[in-house]
Amino acid sequence: MARARIDLKRYPAFGTLTWACIVLLYAPMLVIMIYSFNELRSITNWGGFSLAWYWKAITNPQLHAATFNSIVVALSAATLGTVLALCAALAMSRGRRLRYQDTGFAIINLPLMVPEIVTAIGSLVFFLAVGIQLGLLTIIIAHTVFCIPFAYLPIAARLQGIEGYYEEAARDLYASRWETFRFVTLPLMLPGVIAGYMLAFIVSLDDFIITNMVAGPGATTLPMAIYGMVRTGFTPEINAISTMMLLVSALFVSASYLIGRAGDRKYNAQ
Amino acid sequence: MTTQSLRGDAVGIEQVTKIYGEGANAVAALKGVSLTIGDNEFFTLLGPSGCGKTTLLRILAGFEQVSAGKVFLFGEEIEQLPPNRRPINTVFQHYALFPHMTVEENIAFGLKRLGREPAEIRARVGEVMEIVRLGGFAHRRPGQLSGGQQQRVALARALAPQPKILLLDEPLSALDLKLRQQMRVELKQIQENTGITFIFVTHDQEEALAMSDRIAVMSQGEVQQLGTAQEIYERPNNRFVADFIGDANILAVTVLGDDDGSGYRRCRTAQGMEILCAGSGAPGSTPHVSIRPERIAIGAVGSMADGIACDVERVVYLGTNRQFLVCLADGLKLTVLVPNALRAGSELQPGDKAVIHVPPGTAQLLKD
Ligand SMILES: Nc1ncnc2c1ncn2[C@@H]1O[C@H](COP(=O)(O)OP(=O)(O)O)[C@@H](O)[C@H]1O
Ligand SMILES: [Mg+2]
Repeated sequence: MARARIDLKRYPAFGTLTWACIVLLYAPMLVIMIYSFNELRSITNWGGFSLAWYWKAITNPQLHAATFNSIVVALSAATLGTVLALCAALAMSRGRRLRYQDTGFAIINLPLMVPEIVTAIGSLVFFLAVGIQLGLLTIIIAHTVFCIPFAYLPIAARLQGIEGYYEEAARDLYASRWETFRFVTLPLMLPGVIAGYMLAFIVSLDDFIITNMVAGPGATTLPMAIYGMVRTGFTPEINAISTMMLLVSALFVSASYLIGRAGDRKYNAQ
Repeated sequence: MTTQSLRGDAVGIEQVTKIYGEGANAVAALKGVSLTIGDNEFFTLLGPSGCGKTTLLRILAGFEQVSAGKVFLFGEEIEQLPPNRRPINTVFQHYALFPHMTVEENIAFGLKRLGREPAEIRARVGEVMEIVRLGGFAHRRPGQLSGGQQQRVALARALAPQPKILLLDEPLSALDLKLRQQMRVELKQIQENTGITFIFVTHDQEEALAMSDRIAVMSQGEVQQLGTAQEIYERPNNRFVADFIGDANILAVTVLGDDDGSGYRRCRTAQGMEILCAGSGAPGSTPHVSIRPERIAIGAVGSMADGIACDVERVVYLGTNRQFLVCLADGLKLTVLVPNALRAGSELQPGDKAVIHVPPGTAQLLKD
């Protein structure tokens, strides 16, 4: 469109507002990161540079068990969630139009809109009512549910961008339905699948509220362990763990974004 | 047409109707189309956009089901076969090259799905890349090729599995004029050398006339005329065909009766001029006739013995030809086309008096 748009950047308060947002969002993280390198056992007084708290965090056996649990949960939930999201996306955008398509779309994405505490309590009540022992299994089930929309959105976006004629060309060239999916549809949507998987993995890894509700005794994840430590006393060890988690999150989210974008560019270039 | 008569043909299409959608939204894309296509034929479906050409190709390829009618391939009904079980390949309008595969992998795709030996696949891929002159591009991706090169890959990919029938859906429409003209010659040559039956779709009448053994002119889901390029151009059987293929003067006439000497029909135009027309028409009926502009002779007053006097209204220089718009004494306006090489009428200017001559039989009676 050639029509001149109103340039928001020309408004007088724009710059100030932008900086206020950036500071509010990132200053706390910056502080956390800085004090993770503190020599002192304080999170407010600086006493010199040290990696001691990182060493302490890495060698803390309690955190080992929690990290292991978190990774098992995140891998399982992200894998299950991505497979389900993939099936849902294929059903929605390929094949004939389904009867309750819009309702289906809303249900898939419901976990994004329902307040997390409601989902948490709902899940807990459900597990108790059905009689499933609370533990890693219930965490995985609950995580799978909220992983689905995070995996679904990038996959569906990617699938939407793939013209139907590639699949027709494959069928025309003697590929069965399965071969068409295996050699054409899946490779073309792979960037979306990977992006969705990584996003699902990271939201599962970070989740606290739902996890805490459905965990039961013994099944402690990393965010739960951190929360427990905070309650018994705040040391820079927590800063060190948080900084490491932040780093992992940032890596995953950036990778997910870059892979998705690279896929778009590679295949939509023509 | 009976099933029996279709046995010897490569493709038989019998009373095929295709309706998209249901109820109030129903669109009839094909309305009882019947035709047969011979083995080794270069067959063209020609018609304006939206007349149902792509729909007919998609039915042959197996992407759409007919609403009624039958489709035969070498005498076998193929309605039940999915696209991957039909010995038919398609060159898609948008090429549809797999963007994540190299040129070589694209071309090998069909052969791999057919389970051919790797050595055979390699040999065949090299062979078709020779045919479409794509040597040196084997390891490029489609995104790194020009439109013309992509077009060649699409052609190579469809030729590689040696299909019985090749469907081409407006394959040249995205190319520029020079390339398009070059590809016409190449496509025709490939068709003759491989002996594969080509079913070619286009809305460009020049393309159709240049390449086809036979042409089916389509409009609004129906075949208007089926014949060789020459038959369709010189003997259009209705107004749509006469108008769509080339330029034509279309006039309303009244049939007076048969002309004993020549075997033509004597007709009179609304303005009162009498002409001898080819084709059939009952005396007293009022059909239209088509006269090709290049079949009318024009010259200065006195240059022809039995010329009809007229006024020159407009002269357009077209390079190879010169186009005249003339007005007869009775008010009838005609377009006349003369090759510049003939020099006939080259001295005529707008406003001049001139004479024209319509040879007997050049006017073709049309069904409406
Ligand atoms: N999938 C479809 N759904 C509904 N209508 C369609 C569909 N495909 C084609 N049509 C309609 O059928 C008619 C013929 O289309 P098409 O075969 O594509 O024509 P062409 O290739 O000659 O331009 C058009 O009116 C078009 O709008
Ligand atoms: Mg079309």
